Amino acid sequence: MPETPQIQLPETPQLAQNITHFARALRQAGLPIGPGRVVDAVQAVAAAGFTSRLDFYWVLHACFVSKPEHRVVFSQMFRLYWRDPQFLEHMMAMLMPAVRGVQDERPARPGEKRAAEALLHGTQADQVPFDGELGTEIEFDASLTMSAEEKLRTLDFEQMSTDEVAQAKRILSQMTLPVQPLQCRRLMAAVRGPRPDWRRTLRDAARQGGEIQSMARAKRRLRWPNLVVICDISGSMSQYSRIILHFLHAVSNAQGAGWARVHGFTFGTRLTNITRHLAQRDVDAAVAAAGAEAQDWEGGTRIGQCLHDFNRDWSRRVMGQGAVVLLITDGLDRDDPVALAHEMQRLQLSARRLIWLNPLLRWQGFAPKAQGIRAMLPHVDSFRAGHSIASLKDLAEVISNPDDHGEKARLMAQL
Amino acid sequence: MQKPDTIEQVQALLTGQGYVCGRALAVVVFLALKLGRPLFLEGEAGVGKTEIAKALAAGLNRRLIRLQCYEGLDASSAVYEWNFPAQMIAIRTAEATGAADRGALQAELFSDEFLIERPLLQAMRPDQHGAPVLLIDEMDRTDEPFEAFLLEALSDFQVTIPELGTIQAAEPPIVILTSNRTREVHDALKRRCLYHWVDYPDFQREVEILQARAPDISARLRREVVGFVQALRREDLFKKPGVAETIDWANCLLALDVIDLSPEVIADTLGAILKYQDDISRLQGSEAKRILDQARADLEPT
Repeated sequence: MPETPQIQLPETPQLAQNITHFARALRQAGLPIGPGRVVDAVQAVAAAGFTSRLDFYWVLHACFVSKPEHRVVFSQMFRLYWRDPQFLEHMMAMLMPAVRGVQDERPARPGEKRAAEALLHGTQADQVPFDGELGTEIEFDASLTMSAEEKLRTLDFEQMSTDEVAQAKRILSQMTLPVQPLQCRRLMAAVRGPRPDWRRTLRDAARQGGEIQSMARAKRRLRWPNLVVICDISGSMSQYSRIILHFLHAVSNAQGAGWARVHGFTFGTRLTNITRHLAQRDVDAAVAAAGAEAQDWEGGTRIGQCLHDFNRDWSRRVMGQGAVVLLITDGLDRDDPVALAHEMQRLQLSARRLIWLNPLLRWQGFAPKAQGIRAMLPHVDSFRAGHSIASLKDLAEVISNPDDHGEKARLMAQL
Repeated sequence: MQKPDTIEQVQALLTGQGYVCGRALAVVVFLALKLGRPLFLEGEAGVGKTEIAKALAAGLNRRLIRLQCYEGLDASSAVYEWNFPAQMIAIRTAEATGAADRGALQAELFSDEFLIERPLLQAMRPDQHGAPVLLIDEMDRTDEPFEAFLLEALSDFQVTIPELGTIQAAEPPIVILTSNRTREVHDALKRRCLYHWVDYPDFQREVEILQARAPDISARLRREVVGFVQALRREDLFKKPGVAETIDWANCLLALDVIDLSPEVIADTLGAILKYQDDISRLQGSEAKRILDQARADLEPT
């Protein structure tokens, strides 16, 4: 078998430069591309040859894309950058206000806007072969379409009183959610473990010239379960969800406090994954970022639809290793109760434990009259109030006790 | 066998193994072979990610080494392990015969004789047919520590055994990693690989795949089966049927001597394509007939 042939860089330095610019533009559009990938891409193009446009596309695709979500952005960027003349024309038409009326029947496809913004960003620095005049106009308009895109409101986090934040922070930072650890397959050294650890025994013996002095033992390692929080941020819940997001931030950043991973989702009219934002160290920055991501703050609620999206797109990803699910909503939903009950059942079946926190329970004499609540209640493991710091403290006890069902039994009797 | 020199050769090689492969996939496979980089394949279950490795190994006449990932997979079951019972016996034997030359014994205890090679180490070893194909299947099932461990193995193609030193592959193995995306694999690992998302095939390609994998089926039924499955993928299902399910289903129909799809036949064999009770119950009653009619209507013009 001969060695892999020496790879030559392309003789035309122009191509390498173009690929570099293209990579830069992709980076601008949010794809994580380091310099190493660019070198790879140049080598890959050299290896595959430069014969057909389609091959060229897939070569760059293999080097620059590393997540399915990136494929759309990549293909839009590719078309824009390696000039598909018709497409460029369309992009211009779509982005320019004068011609927009003609183009209204065809809305922007996913990724187009990101691609356009990334390519046109910093055109003055002439990184990209566009003339600056067009660039400025389009950029200006892109921001306009961005704000007009979503009619739902974005929340202003400044409304939260400093006193409230301080109090929540102080108490939540002290709060832990003690959970039962789970046994996993890996072994760890333990003096009185139930299993002999042959590997370590022999290693010790070899050090003693083959003399076995004691039997090393091992036991199963313990691991912590994951926590998935699905939080309603619709109008009726907004006051409450802010505190919950603070709480969520405290839990997901408490290293070594139990949970292996904490995934956060918000929903109103649509589902948003805010896990990444919660990793920010500063709680205010994290909550603000999460609020900017979720476009449906204080809008309406479509619990059934959002749970459906969660079950289809995320459930197998974040609950693969048996996660405890915290569902935080008032359960006021006017959609089809049968579909809602079905999604709840699916959620409960895939979760280790499904806990529903409902702030409505704070009222004395609360009865499950709303059809949404009636549909959801049979499919939760535990039903708790969640309206105050005190009730969040109770939650810590619920999580540590798998037999606790909260108010579920009492309310089920009233159904 | 030599590695292919052009993209067309890759395509021919895979087709020769009954793996119908699109241009996009051929390009990345070619690159992976040419550049000696691991290939990271993601996609829904049952679109043929694992099959690529098998077809590649068979086509190149290389050994296929498969490392099936699971949660808790660690270095001792992925790379190597010392054969402790055998070592123990060797120590006792040396003691009993009185030939306890300590240095010699120790050198012997940690030699290849007592080394149990696991897939990663096997893949680093030279092979007479050329470097083997290493399939690391379902990457997303391992945990992060193992993923981090793979970084060294995949970028430098070497593993370190403290007692023996570093073992580097003379020729890098052809590495294929697959993931169902039940969890996100870390960027550091992806960065070392070429990436490709394996999508569901289009109608024409799926017919070709079925022709290659279930050749005994009549052309008409084949088109109907593929049309129905493709229509099913457009439905809002919990788990969409993959290519593997299409092939399974076709074989089921063959075993039942079905010559024509009908709602009754579909209802009887639905378990071969849909694996969730929710999805199956959705297709009860007239729903299957509707999709079948729609699929047939789509087929008509061609």
